[in-house]
Amino acid sequence: MAAKVILAIWLTAIIVVAFIFPVVPAPEKWYEFPVIPGLEDRARILFFHVPMSWTAVVAFLISMSYGIRFLKTKSMDDDLKSVSSAGLGFLFCILATVTGSIWAKFNWGSFWNWDPRETSIFVLLLIYGAYFALRSSLDDAAKKATLSSVYAIIAGVTVPFFIFIMPRIMASLHPEPLVNTQGKVHMNPTMLVVFLSSLAGFTALYFWLLSLRVRAGRLIDGQLRRGD
Amino acid sequence: MTKSLTLSARDIGKVFSGRTIISGISFSLESRQSLGLTGPNGSGKSTLLKILAGVLSPTSGIVALTEGGSGIPEGDRFRHIGFVAPYLQLYDEFTAMENLEFTDQIRGAGKSREELESLLERVKLLPRKADLVRTYSSGMKQRLKYAFALVHKPPLLFLDEPASNLDRDGIAIVRDIILEQKSRGMVVIATNDQEDLQFCDSVVSVDRAAGGGSHER
Amino acid sequence: MKGNARSPVIVVFLKDVRSELRTRYALNALIMFVLTTLSIILFSIGSEDVSPDVLSGVLWIIIFFSSMSGLSRTFVSEEERGTVMTLQLLAKPLQIYYGKLLFNIFLMFLINILAVTLYVLFINSFTVRSYDVFALTIFLGTLGLASAATIIAAIIAKANSKGTLYPVLSFPILLPLMLTVINATRLAVNGATLLESVGEFQVLVSYIVVMVTVSYLVFDYVWKE
Repeated sequence: MAAKVILAIWLTAIIVVAFIFPVVPAPEKWYEFPVIPGLEDRARILFFHVPMSWTAVVAFLISMSYGIRFLKTKSMDDDLKSVSSAGLGFLFCILATVTGSIWAKFNWGSFWNWDPRETSIFVLLLIYGAYFALRSSLDDAAKKATLSSVYAIIAGVTVPFFIFIMPRIMASLHPEPLVNTQGKVHMNPTMLVVFLSSLAGFTALYFWLLSLRVRAGRLIDGQLRRGD
Repeated sequence: MTKSLTLSARDIGKVFSGRTIISGISFSLESRQSLGLTGPNGSGKSTLLKILAGVLSPTSGIVALTEGGSGIPEGDRFRHIGFVAPYLQLYDEFTAMENLEFTDQIRGAGKSREELESLLERVKLLPRKADLVRTYSSGMKQRLKYAFALVHKPPLLFLDEPASNLDRDGIAIVRDIILEQKSRGMVVIATNDQEDLQFCDSVVSVDRAAGGGSHER
Repeated sequence: MKGNARSPVIVVFLKDVRSELRTRYALNALIMFVLTTLSIILFSIGSEDVSPDVLSGVLWIIIFFSSMSGLSRTFVSEEERGTVMTLQLLAKPLQIYYGKLLFNIFLMFLINILAVTLYVLFINSFTVRSYDVFALTIFLGTLGLASAATIIAAIIAKANSKGTLYPVLSFPILLPLMLTVINATRLAVNGATLLESVGEFQVLVSYIVVMVTVSYLVFDYVWKE
């Protein structure tokens, strides 16, 4: 109960802060964001779009892990966790794609550019779509669980390929990563704090929603079994 | 002769989408014995037969095939089995001979042309050996299935509705096959036909209501 | 027992080949598909000069969709005819899988050689400068395509609405392969050397290895009840 309230307050605070803190060329006060050349106010997307994409990916990885567990345990509870996570991941993925696309229109002038990151999130969307299309085309619950777990695994192993080949195929339009590959942080401390808080908030939101879906799923399964 | 073979089932149960098909089935079968599986239509006889053959996994319980005391891994069980059933199709774009050659090659049984032909002779299909199975009547297909199942001389023969689609002559051939199989191996027959059951040393009733069981005759 | 008994993998492969030669279900559809798609492309290009980069992509569109038309047959036909259990009682799951993978590789090679030959012959703007890079790309691309498409075919064979589901499931999985293979084709058209294209070939080889390995790990779950 308390966790729900804390989460609500946390995320509301993030949203407020993300929009209220002013963007100034040379930040002096703790509550000021720096101007990033080319982005200015539009940089605020960072606090929402990136955590959403991140959550979409995490949700997929968790869905895949529960899928692997299901293949070993054959427990429908593991499948429930897998599909619940996938559903949330799908939602976050749609949000990430749409927010990214709208932002791209304002920033670069067109809704879609096949920039590597755009393409990656789109492919994740296709994978989610395929996963659910597969599930809905199977009638038997055990077959549904087994085959979608297998598909999640197959899709999962192609993900590293994207990471490797994308940058080679085309130059990126995406802003230079503020946290570069060596892990050094270039981000202004205020922005960093807000960003990481948002990341934590979205992740917590995901876990909370996941627990709700799993609990609801278990209740429904129990009901079906008794009612039969 | 082959070493003694034992097929044992302990507390076999199968649940499909929440529905319990079979539960609590247990029995033990030795060489030169035969087992009958009876029960109303839809009671799970075929399901049980598939589980025993290793094609379907049980939800609970264990099936074990042992030869001379050592267990045969589940993944290898198929090598020792011949199976005849209405739902076991052959390749109808191939001829009868080609179907037999296929199973001979894939199983590595090493049978010569003559041996395969004599098998076809046994089921009275030799004149039609070069015809596509597509042109066969249902009775001929059924007889061909027996030849197909016996190519590798399996110690264990599973029959689901052995007399389906067969006329009197066909049934006589099958009776003959069952008797011979009994004399050097094991037979499990799923059927409600009393005439088929007369060959069975013991009978297990696969009936949801009764919960399964076993009784000697 | 014959001393030189054939591997069940080869027996399954030969069975599928023989069956295909006799019924020609997939082969006819595939050949017609390649011919009609190519004709449409030729008509729409007309006498225009289309950039070789675009043409590199179009070639693989033809190949991708022809694979979607023909590579599911090997598993779907067994399901539709009720011979799945027959096979399950004849050989181990992986033996069946490798036999069918070989068949799909064989089928894909036939179709791709046809498609590529016609493409190079009839589309004037498409001239390949590095034939070694091109040949290796087609070779590795075919292997990669077949390996991914076969395991997906095994999955959709168990589902309803198999026809429409097949490209939906295959596309995200095949995308890394498609992008790499299109890029490599562009390199071949622009005259890059084998050495310059090594990066793409590394990706293709890893893709093939990963797909075959993952199929080996999961096939039992797909095939058995």
